[in-house]
Amino acid sequence: MNTAYNFAFFDEGSKREIRRATLKAIAIPGYQVPFASREMPIGRGWGTGGLQLTLSLIGKEDVLKVIDQGSDESVNAVSIKKLVSDTTGVQITDHTSRATIIQSRHRIPEVPLNKDQILVLQVPLPEPLRYFEPSEHETKKLHAEKEYSGAWLMLFEQIMKYGSMTTGADHPVMVHDRYVMAPSPIPRFDNSKMNENEALILLGAGREKKIYAVPPFTKIVSLDFEDYPFEGESFDGKCCRLCGSEGVFLDELIDEATGETYYQCNDTSYCCEILNEVEKAGVN
Amino acid sequence: MTEFEVPVLSIKNLNKQFGPGCDHCRNPEPMALIKNYCSVCGTVYACRDVSFDVYPGEVLGIVGESGSGKSTLMQCLYFDQETTSGEGYISSYQNGLKNLFEESSQQKRYIRNHLMGKVYQNPLLGLKIDFSSIGNIAEKLIAAGSRNVGMMEARGSELLSKVNIPVHRRKEAPKNFSGGMQQRVQIAKALSNQPPILLLDEVTTGLDLSVQASVLDLIKSLQREMNISIVLVSHDLGVIRMLADRTLVMLEGQVIEQGLTDQILEDPQAPFTQSLVHSLL
Ligand SMILES: Nc1ncnc2c1ncn2[C@@H]1O[C@H](COP(=O)(O)OP(=O)(O)O)[C@@H](O)[C@H]1O
Ligand SMILES: [Mg+2]
Ligand SMILES: [Zn+2]
Repeated sequence: MNTAYNFAFFDEGSKREIRRATLKAIAIPGYQVPFASREMPIGRGWGTGGLQLTLSLIGKEDVLKVIDQGSDESVNAVSIKKLVSDTTGVQITDHTSRATIIQSRHRIPEVPLNKDQILVLQVPLPEPLRYFEPSEHETKKLHAEKEYSGAWLMLFEQIMKYGSMTTGADHPVMVHDRYVMAPSPIPRFDNSKMNENEALILLGAGREKKIYAVPPFTKIVSLDFEDYPFEGESFDGKCCRLCGSEGVFLDELIDEATGETYYQCNDTSYCCEILNEVEKAGVN
Repeated sequence: MTEFEVPVLSIKNLNKQFGPGCDHCRNPEPMALIKNYCSVCGTVYACRDVSFDVYPGEVLGIVGESGSGKSTLMQCLYFDQETTSGEGYISSYQNGLKNLFEESSQQKRYIRNHLMGKVYQNPLLGLKIDFSSIGNIAEKLIAAGSRNVGMMEARGSELLSKVNIPVHRRKEAPKNFSGGMQQRVQIAKALSNQPPILLLDEVTTGLDLSVQASVLDLIKSLQREMNISIVLVSHDLGVIRMLADRTLVMLEGQVIEQGLTDQILEDPQAPFTQSLVHSLL
């Protein structure tokens, strides 16, 4: 642990201020709370929003997991883990169920979260109405008045252009029947995991200086139309080539030797855990 | 009183000022202002004590020179601007008993989305110029609560063909359209929820004369077909003459004359109206 820095990099005042914004965010599910986003030793847009949340929350007893697009080992995940562990000395894990804080970009883990965990999601674009309305002043009013036509209009335009809703990720959701929220660029597959989740979910946007939250057991509904219902990505009839799992988010890959398409768990630590269990079961 | 005599829209003593006012201009003496403007504090009195009624199926024209407060009045009616004071009632809203201008912003949105349509002189104010034309119409339907794509596409297509835009161009953005076509899309959008009241602010100003004529013809035929009440604003008495049953004349924020359009054209009372009528001849 590098003692040249304060515990968890920030001074206590900064952490308290971020936590205060976080508490407000929890009190108003889905509402974007502005906060004084800090300079970080990594570039904005590389998860500084999530990292600031993590650093403001983390204590000596915490166990941290960091994932980037489902992988614990990507460069970005590794450098975030390194920064946190250097300045806090906390334990790092790949195991979802062992972690108390999980910082993630683009995914919610496959292993269901529990009430003792906090999921921190990194957010590039927190404003679900931005496509419709460029002015922050105006979008604030629209949220205040619960005027979300623009969010549905965006989906309507997609249907007109492409024949279906084409939000690959970051499909907008209604939080607790009140605020429309950008769930961060998680696949549609993960939207349903947000609904009534046992864990606290915090979302942080560093560049845009916003924090928002989905408290445990909050109702989350993905926006859709009567005749174009929301659907997550479907992997019907497919399973992971390595661990055999079904009903998880799969990456489609091409075997370069044979040219064949195959599938693999996107959540790599989940995949490893399943493989280990299979191995153990085999040994016993 | 017969039902016909109940106005769909009733405006009473509407005032809109830009600026705080001062002791000088709050003085009721008529000479306190230069036109609509206080030279001491710079406050503009854009609408002063404007009152009128609009009856079912009627086209009410509002004519006046540039700067007389017509657009400000229309903005107040559509809640684009807060009114400074005054009352407004719509017969189909809360039985015509609630002052529109004192409603919450959520209620005002409801009124805009369900009971009114507006067409602006500048299509950029009324349309999302980069969105599809059908999406522009859908926006108003969505705002009024529709969540059915098929229904909205059918309704949008029907409206576009009503305003003579080929249905196969429905997915094109208005930015690709001519000025006349953009106004037609605005009209289709404004009519989408079959509102009892349509507000038209200089809809043909800036268009070529032949295009002007075709847009005015369209408005006339839609108005007859749908029996909608229209408030039509123009600086051009020619436009007013073509469409309006009754006319208000505005000058420096005030209504200086009103009556049947024919009457005003034949026997204008105020000197300003007289010069307006003479310039038309
Ligand atoms: N936002 C504003 N701030 C200050 N003055 C304004 C504003 N909008 C309009 N005005 C003034 O109000 C008066 C009426 O303008 P407007 O309603 O646009 O007239 P019209 O549409 O009849 O040409 C003008 O003197 C104009 O300069
Ligand atoms: Mg004007
Ligand atoms: Zn003054």
